[in-house]
Amino acid sequence: MRALPTGDRALLIEVGTDEEAQALHAELLRRRAAGELAVAEIVPAARTVLLDGLDSPSRLAERLASWEVPPVPPRAEDVVEIPVRYDGPDLADVAAHWDVSESEVARMHAAAEFRVAFCGFAPGFGYLTGLPREVPRRATPRTAVPPGSVALAGPYTGVYPRSSPGGWQLIGTTEAVLWDHARVPAALLSPGTRVRFVPVEKTGTTRTTRTVSATSTAGTTSAVNSA
Amino acid sequence: MTDRALAVVRAGALTTVQDLGRPGHAHLGVPRSGALDAPAAALVNRLVGNVPEAAVLETTLNGCAVRARSTVTVAVGGAPCAVTVDGRPAAWGASLWVPGGALLDIGPARSGVRSYLAVSGGVAVEPVLGSRSTDLLSGLGPAPLTDGTVLPLGPPVRAHARADVVPHPAPPAELVLRVTLGPRHDWFTAAAVRAFTTHPYTVSTASNRIGLRTEGPALMRAVPGELPSEGMVLGAVQVPPDGRPVVFLADHPTTGGYPVIAVVHPADLPATAQAAPGTPVRFVAVRRRA
Repeated sequence: MRALPTGDRALLIEVGTDEEAQALHAELLRRRAAGELAVAEIVPAARTVLLDGLDSPSRLAERLASWEVPPVPPRAEDVVEIPVRYDGPDLADVAAHWDVSESEVARMHAAAEFRVAFCGFAPGFGYLTGLPREVPRRATPRTAVPPGSVALAGPYTGVYPRSSPGGWQLIGTTEAVLWDHARVPAALLSPGTRVRFVPVEKTGTTRTTRTVSATSTAGTTSAVNSA
Repeated sequence: MTDRALAVVRAGALTTVQDLGRPGHAHLGVPRSGALDAPAAALVNRLVGNVPEAAVLETTLNGCAVRARSTVTVAVGGAPCAVTVDGRPAAWGASLWVPGGALLDIGPARSGVRSYLAVSGGVAVEPVLGSRSTDLLSGLGPAPLTDGTVLPLGPPVRAHARADVVPHPAPPAELVLRVTLGPRHDWFTAAAVRAFTTHPYTVSTASNRIGLRTEGPALMRAVPGELPSEGMVLGAVQVPPDGRPVVFLADHPTTGGYPVIAVVHPADLPATAQAAPGTPVRFVAVRRRA
């Protein structure tokens, strides 16, 4: 754990892994709730947690060295379930990257349990870890990704809360409302939230036809790979 | 009942509603937003007797014009500009009485960039997450004004302003920004860090409420590759792949994937709001507060 001074009032605490960052974030929230830590913003990210609005960053940096950070505690609250239609325009590309069928991409995505590692990019946009494999960003970002797009990039999955430019691979769509500032809380996902994606059957589609289409897609995928 | 509202007659290039912003939501990806020249916004609020939290209008370069539907006390500050009420010259940087129906025109900035208009009672659009600020990055808060927009006003809170005239700093002829190095200055070559704190930069025309972009020597990286996204503070000097430093302002993204070479001292940020494109910028490294 490394504490990097950031301006006069902030510390950027760097750790080795995603899991350590999530554990440190949980510990910081616990200490703030217990009144042991006075800080305006706690911003977790991939390998860091930013503490902004500290009275004495240097004193906290000294104290941090002696902290025991327990692993991420299992959370008592329910898993947020997000219904998804796996119909994204990049499903075939992701299937090709992973060398599996499109329906297998959907199955793998829906089988995983995710955790919101951090938020950013747009209000309500969560970077969810738990993807079994990585996938590169698109070579050319889209100028407008539709709201509700379920997407993948690097080790993360996420859902676009509103239309915005984006370079993530789109594998599906959801009707879930990720951000509504009139709602309390406004964000469906916040750092630490556990998430599952639940496949929604396309109307008129049966299990049998899905298996058939999976086979034909697998054939297309290997043709793409050999091309 | 009086109709406490402002009708926008000339919206100007970019006029937004701003208050103290919505800090405390960075972990949800919500920028803090708020008036870019916060001291100027605070001064005009004082001049009309408003509380510091009252929302004001922030103009960009060419001002705006509004018609008050009832008699109001107003004050215009920030970037110096001509102020007229129904075509007659009126004072800048002082409280003014504008009769109901009269046209208040805030002219183009004579120097600086952003003028501020406070109206007694404050602009009372619906708050979002506790703030009425327009956030241009994430689209929270009211949209930028357009001609014909009608803005509700709150009830005036005090009968009299607490000050008649207040001193306004002049817009900077040169921006001198004190910085503390880090957290990622070690991602740059020693020569780049030296260039950053010794060579002059200028304010780029691409600057906005999200960031003050600069033109000048490109800063070479010592560490290639991508930085995993990390939290960003107000005043962070981020260096994108083109090597030109960007100072993060109120509407900055809360996380980012380019290294931050230094952080600007908060007291020096309001001046960036008034630095027109072409203004020279010097980054001066100072020791971190003990």
